[in-house]
Amino acid sequence: MSSVNTVAASSPEAALPSRGFSAKWLIGFILPVGLALAWEVVVALKWADGRLLPTPSRVIGTLVGLARTGELGGHVLATLQRVAMGFSLGVAAGTVLGAVSGYWTLARRLVDPMLQALRNIPSIAWVPMFILWFGIFETSKVILIAVGVFFPIYLSLSGAILGVDRKLVEVGRIFRFSHREMITRILLPATLPTYVISLRSGLGLGWMFVVAAEFMGAEEGLGFLLVDGQQTGRPAVILASITAFAILGKLTDWLLASVSARFLTWQDSFRPAE
Amino acid sequence: MLSISNVDKRYPNGLLALAGLDLAVAEGEILAIVGGSGCGKSTLLRLISGLDTPTAGTVGLDGTPVREPRPEIGLVFQEPRLMPWLTIDQNVAFGIRHLPAEEQKARVSETLARVGLASHLGHWPRELSGGQAQRVALARALVGRPKVLLLDEPFSALDALTRGDLQDHLLDLWAYDRPTMILVTHDIEEALVLADRIVVMQPNPGRVRVEVTPPLARPRDRLDPEFLQWKYKLLGELDHASRPPTGDETFPAGAI
Ligand SMILES: Nc1ncnc2c1ncn2[C@@H]1O[C@H](COP(=O)(O)OP(=O)(O)O)[C@@H](O)[C@H]1O
Ligand SMILES: [Mg+2]
Repeated sequence: MSSVNTVAASSPEAALPSRGFSAKWLIGFILPVGLALAWEVVVALKWADGRLLPTPSRVIGTLVGLARTGELGGHVLATLQRVAMGFSLGVAAGTVLGAVSGYWTLARRLVDPMLQALRNIPSIAWVPMFILWFGIFETSKVILIAVGVFFPIYLSLSGAILGVDRKLVEVGRIFRFSHREMITRILLPATLPTYVISLRSGLGLGWMFVVAAEFMGAEEGLGFLLVDGQQTGRPAVILASITAFAILGKLTDWLLASVSARFLTWQDSFRPAE
Repeated sequence: MLSISNVDKRYPNGLLALAGLDLAVAEGEILAIVGGSGCGKSTLLRLISGLDTPTAGTVGLDGTPVREPRPEIGLVFQEPRLMPWLTIDQNVAFGIRHLPAEEQKARVSETLARVGLASHLGHWPRELSGGQAQRVALARALVGRPKVLLLDEPFSALDALTRGDLQDHLLDLWAYDRPTMILVTHDIEEALVLADRIVVMQPNPGRVRVEVTPPLARPRDRLDPEFLQWKYKLLGELDHASRPPTGDETFPAGAI
């Protein structure tokens, strides 16, 4: 727990002056909590039966129940594993190809047109092909997630490198930077803010695609739980699974944002007025 | 010695930015290059610094041609161009990154002190004023003790007071290890305060219009009548240089 707290302390929000700190956070809770409470009241007063849209308390109860039996843990683990593997693969490929095609014109001319064309195919459309190629099990799922993650990373990184201020690159040239120094001392830090944003949107897509991947047949995973809840007519299970997705998605995004914020403290960026 | 002989520069878009430029600069000399905007001053500095290569002719330093940036040639751009992700001492250390860490630290502190920013060690570029940022850029160029220091309108974005202050300061800095200094400016007064010799350029294509060596005593007084006389002569030249060609293109160099 303590390590989580240190990460929280370095997130950009936490770096703001702390006056009215808790109040600022609370504002965001007003709408969802208010709506949930309202629905709870409506069902309690029997104005609606809440069968198709279970109340928050029933959803939480279902979630706790699933967690008790250990069922939830297994699904969460399976899903997390798929996202982690697909995300890592997509990030690795997107970073390498994005960096190479941003830095090296010849490589860009070679790979960019093809990737730009492929990008226009909705990734889900590949599912039948992936199943034929890699079977119905883990490989095709991980690959589908990786493909979804790959494009935002590739596009932003190659774009960010091409967009690095020529004026700063010239400073590197004046000091006779090697290619390696140019990359580590100028291109990397200059593209880092964009790269972090692309990682976060890649992660979001990773979560999206894991649902699709688990829809296409899985014995385990939160996506499986969704389908199972539908087939057995248990909306509370569906919502419990959606809630788990929401919590995990938010948690992993927050982790990514907090870790990367440490490397971006130098940014002199716009802070919206209160 | 720095020698520029018969240099042409044509940009890929076909524009002839410099044509038949000849210039020799002695060791330790302070040369000012003045001229309206677009007459090739920045282009010339880019060629001397090795950031760009001439289309024809050669740039040579002590007998060897300059084809790429060299450690003994420093350049200060018109904008500070500091890396926003590095503190100012890390920015200054760029120029001496191959030295041992201890020596880097000592040289960086010393150079920042020379430009009057000793107390700003560890600050971020975003925390500096325009004048301070330009001093850091100057320190970054000076820290490697270049033999040739090129300055491309380094003070043009600053207010008059800061500019005057930095001009005086620059002479002190120069006196420390007396590099050859080429200062591009569009400010005649700045050129007259600082330079041993002044080259007036004219555009389309960029070339030397006249060269003068004002025999003014140092330190130069901006209100001295002789200083003012030179100022108006040069203003006249600049004015001529920026007008469309009127047939006086063969105006003999040094005829003032
Ligand atoms: N990279 C470039 N490509 C094409 N034309 C350029 C480039 N840089 C400068 N020029 C042109 O060359 C001429 C001289 O520019 P420059 O050396 O910047 O002049 P100055 O510094 O005296 O204002 C201008 O007409 C300018 O538009
Ligand atoms: Mg210029």
